[in-house]
Amino acid sequence: MEIKSIVSPLSKAAIDDLNAGDMVKMTGIIYTARDAAHKRMIQLINQNLPLPFDIAGQTIYYAGPCPPKPGQVIGSAGPTTSSRVDTYTPPLLARGLNAMIGKGPRSRAVIDAMVKYKAVYLAATGGAGALIANCIKKADIVAFEDLGPEAIYRLVVEDLPLIVAIDCHGNSLYS
Amino acid sequence: MREIDAKTITDAVESLCIDAACDLGQDVEQLISDAAKKESLPRAQYILNQLIDNIKLAREQQMPICQDTGMAVVFVEMGQDVHITGGYIIDAINEGVRSGYTKGYLRKSVVSNPIERINTGDNTPAIIHVEMVPGSSLSITVVPKGFGSENMSALKMLKPADGIDGIKAFVLDTVKAAGGNPCPPVILGIGIGGTMEKAAYIAKKALLRDAGQPNPNESVASLEQELLHAINALGIGPQGLGGTVTALAVHIETFATHIAGLPVAINMQCHASRHKTAVL
Repeated sequence: MEIKSIVSPLSKAAIDDLNAGDMVKMTGIIYTARDAAHKRMIQLINQNLPLPFDIAGQTIYYAGPCPPKPGQVIGSAGPTTSSRVDTYTPPLLARGLNAMIGKGPRSRAVIDAMVKYKAVYLAATGGAGALIANCIKKADIVAFEDLGPEAIYRLVVEDLPLIVAIDCHGNSLYS
Repeated sequence: MREIDAKTITDAVESLCIDAACDLGQDVEQLISDAAKKESLPRAQYILNQLIDNIKLAREQQMPICQDTGMAVVFVEMGQDVHITGGYIIDAINEGVRSGYTKGYLRKSVVSNPIERINTGDNTPAIIHVEMVPGSSLSITVVPKGFGSENMSALKMLKPADGIDGIKAFVLDTVKAAGGNPCPPVILGIGIGGTMEKAAYIAKKALLRDAGQPNPNESVASLEQELLHAINALGIGPQGLGGTVTALAVHIETFATHIAGLPVAINMQCHASRHKTAVL
């Protein structure tokens, strides 16, 4: 079983190298965001206000973790269903979002935008929350703290196990 | 008449919420291990092996298996000779959920009103079903139900003429439409018969059975097997990324119904099929 090691933020060359079906382990920096955080980011974009972090080149992880116990970096932190943020995604891709991590299929509009802007979608294992939490070495709140589990966190991950579900050429494991 | 103090119920529910979230039953773990051995597609194996590691890590570290620690569904079987003292049973259960989700560092995922959507901050209210049974004991089962799978559930009022073929088609269409969203490999709870709400209720109760244990009625058990094979032939696979293991088990419960109807409810359950029971 060949498993590629990749580093986030991903370069366009690294994205080009990923094909649907590849098994990877990701190390580096990723940002969490789910429904409510996406809604707020789109409101900021619509008002021509800056996003809480520079999204260009970055990776977003669709997740709303459990609260950490004292001494823990983060609680259980598996992916949530990606399709719920499909409507918010193309404008973020247009602003340079490079990679997305979640679970489940994406809409045609998202896939088209991924091809246009050369982005990749990786599937994390839904329900492997404890395993994924063990790959997260640091977690800091970046924005929207009032949203609780839906706040945006900056995570430092090590060897996060993922599968390339939709590549930048539009090939999808879901079709 | 046996007396049970409301505080005893609260304490039991608190522990059940935490145990259910962190300690997956051996029955489900065994089915996932068996599936990993059977699965031939490497990326599907990659996922199933992660699930096995995840179950062990969650147990060792007392960490939730999945961050979606669900809406707490609580099934109570209350002996008719039991008298609850010191409080109302529903309040006692909700207090247990509140304290279990707080002390266990479980995610609070409940909003007060489906339109305004304000998080209640303590995962209450729980969904509570109380059934009266003979005797003087009180059985409480807590099912933390995640919504990735709950959202993929479906109910259809079939016509009697649709028959068994109609039931099979509805189940397969529902699993196909769900694809990778309910976190396969899934367990399906299917309720056939009764009325609209009864079908949904027995579908959820079907998930409480030990995973893979057949219905005692032979013809129902054979329908369970037939559906399991048909679902696994769809090729959806773990997480919807392809493979031969889409479902771990199909559990069907049936109930008498009306001459004009054939209600069928499908309650989708992800591989983190969590439930714990205490008998007081």
